[in-house]
Amino acid sequence: MSVGLEHYLVLSAVLFAIGLFGALTKRNTIVILMCVEVMLNAVNIAMVAFSRFITPTLLTGQVFAIFIMVVAAAEAAVGLAIIISIYRNRETVETTDIDLMKG
Amino acid sequence: MVVDIGFWIMAVVGVAAAVAVILLRNVFHTALALVLCLLTVAGIYITLSADFLAVVQILVYVGGISILIILAIMLTREVQRGSLSNRFRIPAFIIAAVFLGVILFALLNTPWQVSTALPVEPTTAALAGKLLGEGGFVLAVEISAALLLAAVLGAIVLVREK
Repeated sequence: MSVGLEHYLVLSAVLFAIGLFGALTKRNTIVILMCVEVMLNAVNIAMVAFSRFITPTLLTGQVFAIFIMVVAAAEAAVGLAIIISIYRNRETVETTDIDLMKG
Repeated sequence: MVVDIGFWIMAVVGVAAAVAVILLRNVFHTALALVLCLLTVAGIYITLSADFLAVVQILVYVGGISILIILAIMLTREVQRGSLSNRFRIPAFIIAAVFLGVILFALLNTPWQVSTALPVEPTTAALAGKLLGEGGFVLAVEISAALLLAAVLGAIVLVREK
């Protein structure tokens, strides 16, 4: 059986589920950011696969993937800056210790 | 057939690297596994004949974001404590498994209308026309420029010494 659209979508769903599990369970905020990157990449795979198999001549899915990459780059820069700022003030990046707003 | 073999290699290595991201204890090793996962995604793009996206993936993710993440790990000295889990492991696993099951059920039961047309190759010129040309995404390109500027300024303000 040759590789088709479903294979890419299953791969994308598996990567997204792995990233979701990591983002929900990890205590280190940097690792949570890494898992978010894995999830964004999974979505990008689905976008490009749809673009390749459903509308091969339009490339709209690839354009969306480029915009996701732009937003992911901005998110990584600001997110890591926030983490470093929290670390300066509280000497930790663990989500269980960042509980200033907990009631 | 070469594309099929490439897909299976990239898929297996990519999923293994993603699993390593959530299983490894050492945060630095986690970052290296993430780099491997992002590289395999670039390979997946090549099997989808998205050449420009594959190069951008390597430039932005493997070259840029991974360096940022490794820099943040080094600046926060969390390598010793390792990448621990919180107490929601089992509920989170159930949520992720249910999500995966629902998604797989939906996408395997949908009759996708797969087109037989050959993909555009190379994609760089076609993508440029799509992004900047008539009826394209010019407004979104302009807004993303403003977004990137705001993100860079915000990052500088956040990490600046008071």
